[in-house]
Amino acid sequence: MQVTEIWLRERVNPAVDIQTLVAQLTMAGLEVDTVQPVAAEFSGVVVAEVLSTVQHPNADKLRVCQVNTGAEQPLQIVCGASNVRPGLKVPAALIGAVLPGDFRIKESKLRGELSFGMLCSEKELGLATTSDGLMELPADAPVGANIRDYLLLDDHVIELGLTPNRADCLSVEGVAREVAVLNKQPFQPVSFETVAVSHQDNLEIQVADPAACPVYLGRLIKNIDPQAVTPLWMQERLRRCGIRSLSPVVDVTNYVLLELGQPLHAFDAGKLAAPIVVRRSRIEEALTLLNDQTIALDGDTLIIADQQQPLALAGVMGGKHSAVYGETRDIFLECAFFTPLCVAGKARQYGLHTDSSHRFERGVDFTLQHRAMERATQLILAIAGGSAGPVSEAVSRPALPVRTPVALQTQRIEKMLGISLDNADLTALFAGLGMQISATADGWEITPPGFRFDIAIEEDLLEEIARIYGYNNLPSNSLLMRSELAQAPEATLPIDRLQDLLVDRSYQEAITYSFVDEVMQNALAPDDEFIRISNPISSELSIMRTTLWCGLLNAAIYNINRQQPRVRLFEAGLRFYRENGRIQQRKTLSGLAYGSLYPEQWAEKARNVDFFDIKADVETLLAASGRSAVFQAARHPALHPGQTAQIRTADGKNIGLLGMLHPTLEKQFGFDSPVFLFELNQEAILDRQTPKFVTLSKFPSVRRDLALIFEETVAASDIIDCIHAHAGSGVIHEVQIFDIYRGPGVAAGYKSIALSMILQDYNQTLTESQIDAIVNEVLVVLRLKLNAELRE
Amino acid sequence: MSVNLEDIVTQALQALAQAQDLNQLDLVRVDYLGKKGVFTQQMKELGNLDPEQRRSVGQVINTAKNAFQEALDARKLTLESAALEARLAQERIDVTLPGRGQHGSGLHPVTITLRRIAKIFAGVGFQVVEGPEIEDDYHNFGALNIPEHHPARAMHDTFYFDAHTVLRTHTSPVQIRVMESGKPPLKVIAPGRVYRCDSDLTHTPMFHQVEGFLVDTDVSFGDLKGVIFEFLRAFFEKDVQVRFRPSYFPFTEPSAEFDVSCVMCDSQGCRVCKQTGWLEVGGCGMIHPAVFKSVNIDSRAFSGFAFGMGVERLAMMRYGINDLRMFFENDLKFLQQFK
Repeated sequence: MQVTEIWLRERVNPAVDIQTLVAQLTMAGLEVDTVQPVAAEFSGVVVAEVLSTVQHPNADKLRVCQVNTGAEQPLQIVCGASNVRPGLKVPAALIGAVLPGDFRIKESKLRGELSFGMLCSEKELGLATTSDGLMELPADAPVGANIRDYLLLDDHVIELGLTPNRADCLSVEGVAREVAVLNKQPFQPVSFETVAVSHQDNLEIQVADPAACPVYLGRLIKNIDPQAVTPLWMQERLRRCGIRSLSPVVDVTNYVLLELGQPLHAFDAGKLAAPIVVRRSRIEEALTLLNDQTIALDGDTLIIADQQQPLALAGVMGGKHSAVYGETRDIFLECAFFTPLCVAGKARQYGLHTDSSHRFERGVDFTLQHRAMERATQLILAIAGGSAGPVSEAVSRPALPVRTPVALQTQRIEKMLGISLDNADLTALFAGLGMQISATADGWEITPPGFRFDIAIEEDLLEEIARIYGYNNLPSNSLLMRSELAQAPEATLPIDRLQDLLVDRSYQEAITYSFVDEVMQNALAPDDEFIRISNPISSELSIMRTTLWCGLLNAAIYNINRQQPRVRLFEAGLRFYRENGRIQQRKTLSGLAYGSLYPEQWAEKARNVDFFDIKADVETLLAASGRSAVFQAARHPALHPGQTAQIRTADGKNIGLLGMLHPTLEKQFGFDSPVFLFELNQEAILDRQTPKFVTLSKFPSVRRDLALIFEETVAASDIIDCIHAHAGSGVIHEVQIFDIYRGPGVAAGYKSIALSMILQDYNQTLTESQIDAIVNEVLVVLRLKLNAELRE
Repeated sequence: MSVNLEDIVTQALQALAQAQDLNQLDLVRVDYLGKKGVFTQQMKELGNLDPEQRRSVGQVINTAKNAFQEALDARKLTLESAALEARLAQERIDVTLPGRGQHGSGLHPVTITLRRIAKIFAGVGFQVVEGPEIEDDYHNFGALNIPEHHPARAMHDTFYFDAHTVLRTHTSPVQIRVMESGKPPLKVIAPGRVYRCDSDLTHTPMFHQVEGFLVDTDVSFGDLKGVIFEFLRAFFEKDVQVRFRPSYFPFTEPSAEFDVSCVMCDSQGCRVCKQTGWLEVGGCGMIHPAVFKSVNIDSRAFSGFAFGMGVERLAMMRYGINDLRMFFENDLKFLQQFK
């Protein structure tokens, strides 16, 4: 919504400068987005009339003009514009003028001809960003007048970013009302003389859906002058408010829209087959709009129709067929109240957004229609002549919105806002906002006006008081309220702990989009049932990620393309998938490592990161919660089939995955060395048990080492699990693999594994023979269960 | 005999002096004091003398032996300290070379900012609660007093999965979820990702918000102002000015937007604050009775306030970041500036 300063000050003119004025508006909740002067700074430009033009003797494109600038003698000015011609009124910059950009006009010689000034275009005056010739002024422009005064250029355009509840301020009058209250000044509504009805013709109006259209007024205005031109002052006001001048009738409807906030529509009466019907559209109907767009209507859109066809989308846009055009002499002027509910969403549904729909959606004053009709009639007759008929109306009072009084308790003002106002101030405040106020036993009863759609409960009134009183003038309290001791739960590890741990292990935290490219998603997790966004911003961001690897891999590629030789990233966030038809959102912690294990340095031989480096990182993460985990060889479509581990809790719950990116994908994504990935379920890794103390043994521990030959297929975890499960009954505390050997002395398909065991009893010092018995038990069990042989 | 001993001692001392390291010195020691050493041999030969001679010769031998021992110890000390000197010299390193192994990395500036926010509010008993990012339209809109077709819905540029399932457009649904399951008093901070179907220089389709709300008896607008004010001072570690402008959110009444005095230029006016001296931080207000109604909290018995802030925006102000899009490009050169 744009208003101009001059237009606003015509209604209410407090003694404050423009900066104060816009600050007041912003601080009252009508946020001013921008304030722009209408014209750039310039001086010395007057209205001038071109008396004669002759071809410049030395330049094809220049003309030598004699110009009346109001001085005694005409001035000679050389001009290159193609539209310069005798009789034209133009702005002329005189000697000494300063144009925008500190451009000073001096007497000069152009190819041998003297020039005593410059004829100006709109661009040269800073009124427009482009122009294709001199600015043409109306024929009645007074020669010699300062152009700034003549065009009222000492004006500002104020652009308001209004919140949807303040539809009442989508007009100059509405903004003026607020300015008046803020400055404690009386508010002057627009006043005008009502025109006399000079014929009795009218079109019959039938409203088939009064609930959607409680007020519909129509009037025939006949015999307007098709040659009439919109006066400059109106064109300028419209232009400054961002509306292009089209024709006097359309300009007037737009002008009243800006002035009062009431959208109107003018039909070419000659195109109508009365009666005019306001009804819901039918499915097979179509309508070509003023913007040449043809829309297929649904069965539920409020339209204006005649006996032959739909004419307009009610409250949104008129149709092309019945539009006012250059030859139109008789018009049918519509001024209606469509309820917010019937317009809401309709414009958007058809891909439209108009000044009219914007206002009706938010709420137009339902008491305004007669006044707006009279105002528009008066302006049309003043500009284009014609004769006005009577206003015919279809009004359904029961369907009109109801303004019920809202109670306001005096003590609530004090309790919620911390202030107390005296009765006179409170009365003046609400009266100024157009509300009716009456006293009650414990406060007030306040009835909002027709233009306020946002006052329904006491809190709404409190906001009005706070707004006008000034939010910044309200007291501010220090937070002194009941508080409890902080909690320190141990059952869940904070994710912060794991994030810090990864940071310390050289992983940088990344945050990537939760939506990803379908192609990448399918390459990484073809088996996951993903969730698709129905209105994505682009196809690359159309699928909710089922794995955080999509974003991490993209981030890695982004960095490698920017000469980063080594990338270690992690991300904590949700992954999304469907399971048995239900949407699942799981907190996940994922990581990626690429390139050398350590940053390049002098001390260690450079080595690329491998599976066990990442496994150590994952094991450290798991250790933070003190839960034990099991790693099992597994398969995953995105990972190397021989370097993938599924991670589970001791009781079999899925914790996550760890592995090398499949070499095919590695190549496809453009990596030149292996990429390692992990993805962990946060819930599983943050789950912690409060530690429980176990008594320490007072007796010494002993270590025994064994070297055994196993078949290649036997996993390290099988050996260790087997020992714990079947031997040593509580005396074997630790089993470690400290060497693996393949080569001479060990047959192909076999490996030699060196184990250490720590033995300790809680009740005695173990004797040599007890120790030998235990070691023997281990050997027997490993031979029986895993086919192991002691290495000779 | 004694002449002979004198020669031995002279030779022994020469041998000690010639020993150039501890190994050689030990060989000399063995030559003289070992089982078959010269002095040991001399002592053994004492047995062949008569008792009279044995004592006097013995004394002489002991004196010579002691002299040797002293010289040996002295030589050992010299060689040891020379050896230590040599070792220290040899083990000298360039301590300016970097350490070996992993170098610590950093958290994302959004995480750093969220942690600070949570810490500031935790101090007065606010709890951190998270909620789902795929939301139903009831929690995202309906329960927050934004009915269907409300113009505010259009302003949210919502991503849809189906007619009733959306990516949350704000963190306010967490407010509803907490109030549905808990009873006042409530003091909650809800950080997280939010989504709007909008992407240009100053908008990314995903960003972070932090929602805060407090419900108790007798909560006033002044309490809200106080919390916002104190938070912003703590966050910026500066005596910033704060101003409140009336605004509109369907789920609060009265509603406000709050601005902080420009932390880039100290309100002198700069490009970042568009010469206004103020930076918009977030929205807030007193929780609307319709919201309380949707979660069955009696708005006559309880009142509350809520506020929401853009986390990237706060991080940009705090760290002077000038391009929103950098937050999600994950360029290591950007991220590693934040440790």
